[in-house]
Amino acid sequence: MARELPYIVAINEAIEFEMARDERVLYFGQNIATPSALEPFMDAFGGDRVRLTPISETAEIGMAVGAALAGLRPVVELYMSEFLLVAMDQVVNEAPRFHAMSGGQVKVPLVLKAGYGFTAGWAGQHTGSIYGMFMGVPGLKIALPSTAADAKGLMATSIRDDNPVCFFYHILLTLEHGEVPEGEYLVPFGVADVRRTGGDVTIVATGWMVDRALAAAERLAADGVEVEVIDPRTLAPLDTATILESVAKTGHLVLVDQATRHGGASAIIAAEVADQGFDSLRGPIKQITALDATIPYSEPMERFVIPDEDKIVAGVHEVLGSAPVAAKA
Amino acid sequence: MTGKDAEAKARPGVALDAQAALALLATMWRIRVFEERVGVLKRADEVYGLMHLSVGQEGVAAAICSQLDVADSVYSGHRAHGHAIAKGAPLNRIMAELMGRSDGLCRGFGGSMHLVDVEHGLMGATGVVGGNIPLALGSALATRLRGGKEVAVVFFGDGAVQAGHFNESINLASLWGLPVILVCENNGFAEFTPRSAHTNVERVSDVVAPYGLMRETVDGNDVAAVWEAFGRFLELARRGEGPLLLECLTYRLRGHYEGDPTQYREALAATEWQQRDPITRLARHGTAAGWFDAEDLERAEREARTEVEAAVGFARLSPYPDVELLEELVYAGRRKP
Repeated sequence: MARELPYIVAINEAIEFEMARDERVLYFGQNIATPSALEPFMDAFGGDRVRLTPISETAEIGMAVGAALAGLRPVVELYMSEFLLVAMDQVVNEAPRFHAMSGGQVKVPLVLKAGYGFTAGWAGQHTGSIYGMFMGVPGLKIALPSTAADAKGLMATSIRDDNPVCFFYHILLTLEHGEVPEGEYLVPFGVADVRRTGGDVTIVATGWMVDRALAAAERLAADGVEVEVIDPRTLAPLDTATILESVAKTGHLVLVDQATRHGGASAIIAAEVADQGFDSLRGPIKQITALDATIPYSEPMERFVIPDEDKIVAGVHEVLGSAPVAAKA
Repeated sequence: MTGKDAEAKARPGVALDAQAALALLATMWRIRVFEERVGVLKRADEVYGLMHLSVGQEGVAAAICSQLDVADSVYSGHRAHGHAIAKGAPLNRIMAELMGRSDGLCRGFGGSMHLVDVEHGLMGATGVVGGNIPLALGSALATRLRGGKEVAVVFFGDGAVQAGHFNESINLASLWGLPVILVCENNGFAEFTPRSAHTNVERVSDVVAPYGLMRETVDGNDVAAVWEAFGRFLELARRGEGPLLLECLTYRLRGHYEGDPTQYREALAATEWQQRDPITRLARHGTAAGWFDAEDLERAEREARTEVEAAVGFARLSPYPDVELLEELVYAGRRKP
């Protein structure tokens, strides 16, 4: 049975389900003040498994890596993805290295749960969409849910995965409701979701941008343009096959990414399609991304920097305009 | 001295006896000969990559690891060979790892700075100074949650103490009272720089004083002293107490890495080294105590040389890893059936 739940509640439901199912799952976080994300977990599972740490990301994440090496399955609540940056050695150079460096002797089942993209006046250090910088780290997995159901299913899969997973949840989606299956619910990694089918152009969007892309597709449909919207759901592993298959059908690709132009998922997807699907393309790949700028505080400036529905519609018209009319017939 | 320090000091340790001393002598010789052989192999280009040797520091690794059980976790850093040997990792497979071969401890994927041997409780060595300290806290936490008796020991140098993660880890370990033993091998040099150029605090045990953890500074080249102090700490950690910090003052006879021209310090005079060499000192101490004779001393060295030479032969014959492993080892769970 599915019911409507907010995205954030769906994530918590997955953590709660997995903690009840497997006593090796621990939950670390830094705040206990009301309202605290940890509080209900503390009540349900006790202070041994739900642990309050100081504002010491390196020690907190590093200890979680060590606990994972010792056979436990910690989930670390980072609140803001930028706090991962404080502990980059542990996130990039310890957690995902051990399995390979040990020749496969050890594994690090660890979830780093981090909110991102809070473009609501939180300015330069709390609004970034920084997942792209982790895509080049072999051994790390990256989940980026855009719906409440995926938020639950990807969190459950993250906890059961034997590798370190960066679970990036979009802060502007936290209160968005969606249908969420009850009980055990897993969404596999590396399987993109085709959110809307269409034969004229492929849009690949992630996170909060998926809803923007779907809204743009609705508007474009009124103009007679049929858009296929794909949400990769995980960036590592990345389901390039589904994207290539769609581009083979539509011949056009527009990428929508809240990250900076030179640091997001879109540049990597564009490169893969150019490399593996060039023959399918009937026009240039268009990237609708945030500008390569620090997100400004001022509201109109903030809006200017990040992609929106109008920019997506314009991008689609641009790529289709560049396509020979004959090819469309 | 805080109450906890006094408590730690007041406890009698397990005194070194003839049997334990002979085993320590053998372990130190295995490390010494292994490291010197690696130096020769490095100059001949038979081992690959950076080699950080622990010649001169063997006493710390031997006296500590020999008191641990297989199930106790050890974390090491870039200078890891001695810890791996003392914890029981086979010389054959360490040497094969240094040559990047498929029979290496880590199938040639880790190398000198990342030795892991889960079978012997060597949980990991990291190449980033101090990056291993929070990992050991995680092992200690796992033991606590399972109600086990195992301890976690982490080795690091004095250079790691100035890093933020050291201080974060000390705070967290003391806050939660984790049964972790932090062993600082203070050789006076952080890579190429004397301690005095990086900090005003001379003693690492003083750095942690405000946290109230049990702490002690010992002469790390006096194997009997390290053995006795660590024995006391181990007994406390087995009972779930911690964290504890043991600072071992030692001396790195070679450079930071093999090939380091060491222009930043004067070489120690041979006569002075004779006074400080942990092997020579234990040999003198044990001979005076009647624990061993000249033949025992000679045998310890000879057996180490034989074993190390066999390890070199084993490693030379081991094939390089198959490229298929590369894909398999990116993620856990990819192993082909």
